[in-house]
Amino acid sequence: MKIRNYWNLRDWGAGIWERSGRPARVLIALTTIFLVSLLPFAGASFLATPIAAYDAVLVYPVAVFVLMALGLNIVVGKSGMLDLGYVAFFAIGAYTMAIMGTTTSLNTWEIMPFGIAFAMIAGVILGLPTLRLRGDYLAIVTLGFGEIVRLVLLNSSWSKGPNGIANVPMPPDIGPLKFKLDDQKVFFWVVLIMILLTIWMIRRLSVRRPGRAWEAIRQDEDAAELMGVATLKYKIWSFTLGAAIGGAAGVLYASKNLFIAPEMFTLNVSILILACVVFGGIGNIWGVIVGAVILGYLPDRIRFISDARLLVFGLVLVIVMNFRPDGLLPRKKREKAIVKKGAV
Amino acid sequence: MFAVLIDQFWALTIAGLALGFIYVLISLGYTMVYGVLRMINFANSEIFMWGTFGTVITSRDISHYTQVSEPATGFKLAFVLLSSLLMSMLVAGLTAVFVEFVAYRRLRMRGTNRLATLISAIGISIVLSEIMRLLTDSRPVGSPRVLEKTILTEVWGANIRLDTVITIIAAAIIYIILERFVKLSRMGKAIRAVSMNEDAAKLMGVNLNRVITATFLVGGLATGAASFFYITVFEYTKFNIGFTMGLAAFTAAVIGGIGNIRGAFYGGLALGLLEVYASAVLGTQWKAVTVFIILVLVLLFKPNGLFGEAVQTTRA
Repeated sequence: MKIRNYWNLRDWGAGIWERSGRPARVLIALTTIFLVSLLPFAGASFLATPIAAYDAVLVYPVAVFVLMALGLNIVVGKSGMLDLGYVAFFAIGAYTMAIMGTTTSLNTWEIMPFGIAFAMIAGVILGLPTLRLRGDYLAIVTLGFGEIVRLVLLNSSWSKGPNGIANVPMPPDIGPLKFKLDDQKVFFWVVLIMILLTIWMIRRLSVRRPGRAWEAIRQDEDAAELMGVATLKYKIWSFTLGAAIGGAAGVLYASKNLFIAPEMFTLNVSILILACVVFGGIGNIWGVIVGAVILGYLPDRIRFISDARLLVFGLVLVIVMNFRPDGLLPRKKREKAIVKKGAV
Repeated sequence: MFAVLIDQFWALTIAGLALGFIYVLISLGYTMVYGVLRMINFANSEIFMWGTFGTVITSRDISHYTQVSEPATGFKLAFVLLSSLLMSMLVAGLTAVFVEFVAYRRLRMRGTNRLATLISAIGISIVLSEIMRLLTDSRPVGSPRVLEKTILTEVWGANIRLDTVITIIAAAIIYIILERFVKLSRMGKAIRAVSMNEDAAKLMGVNLNRVITATFLVGGLATGAASFFYITVFEYTKFNIGFTMGLAAFTAAVIGGIGNIRGAFYGGLALGLLEVYASAVLGTQWKAVTVFIILVLVLLFKPNGLFGEAVQTTRA
């Protein structure tokens, strides 16, 4: 196959990274983080969005999509299981926040562990019966699960049915940083920190035992099992980790939005997040981030897409899979074939 | 709680049978494709949804049949019914072939992994449902009542309506025709050969591409017939009806053992009855939840269904 270096952005980026020493890497990382954290101030530039407020768009969809896409990437990208009900975990997190925030005196940060825990429990409950089966079954069962969670929320009295839950409390102020509805910079920074934590977690895990197990499962589950990898255990781990990140995103989303209702958690959200993962490059963290930023941001920037955004995303799935199955920034070639060499 | 179930047991049974036959036909779309490709045809629910629009448009726009028209009788009635049945089968069949061509073929030829094919299939089903959503402005579309819901007779306190009787009989006939086709015809034998052993079938000179297209076509035709009966009974459609029907029909296919045509028959009927009884007990808003729980329970305790292969062990 012809090698087209100019087309391979990932190798170009990875080249710079690998050539630089530790101080240079720290410098690159810190500069990037600093520049990204300045993004909310760029509202007056060409980045401004015509309909919604720019700093709000930056939090949701863009940053929350990045966070959720990273979570889904653990499931779809790292261990190769198609989860089409990711929105369920997002919804569980959001409803945990909404119900506990309105009925107890706990604040957002204290509810966060509960939201994550409930999402993980749901992940285990769903994962145990289905992860033993083949991928297609998981796909259709998760697809159903996402919809069932929405239906349960819609038809139950404890979730206030279709009316949704209003007056969800905002997070408490962190020192001088105040959470405000009309100025969402602080929210952006909080999600940014969550994204950084997630990236750190994924990078740590992928070079350790779970990461190698996921990689083996993704490439050939039977072979992995024969080699003594506890496939079910690691599949459930991957599934629940993804769920945990979805739950965390949900808690924050409810606290930011102040109001949630079942129709915010339709199948469409799962598909959008999946499209983000697939578009950027399944399995590659940076690809997933780029994909989520583009697909989260463009519909708000270009009005034409926002009407037909799901159609566009569906087309993205088909076209990318058929013509560039590795996405914009594909994962490393050697990761496709063999387990990472440096893995200890 | 169970009073409704006991009071209306026979009425529910008849409604459940009609619904069950609709599921039988849709789950053929899942089960046949699964048999050949060892893949779930994700877009089948949207193929069904497109079929319902085929029926509605034929009876409403092509036959100019509206709510206020005189109830048709005799020849005209048969013409409207048959033309909308054929149209919905045609629309669904062509959609299925289109789905295979766009979402499955290229990836299959290149032999990429299953995940890519799954995502591509889910993508095409989103595209199909979104196109319809944009075309109909997310509004439900009612169908004119072509077939009057005349009460034919009463058995044990249950009204036997014309539309349910016709649905049950006609769906059974279509099922038998399709089953005979797969069993006896040359193409049907080729389909079964591929589903048993793809490589051996190829060596025996079976044209794989043609067989796969035919499988999607036959599955689509069955699904399209189901769309017609769905409209006859429920008389309305919307861009998102495919989801619940698709999930239910898939569950039916799994109950019967996916990949097995006879399994789809029993699974569809069983699920239709179960669903109707369950919604009488729990309320209709829990219908989809019941179906989903049945699916998970079947996967948990009997993943190979009543007649199927062991899905747990066959990995491609």
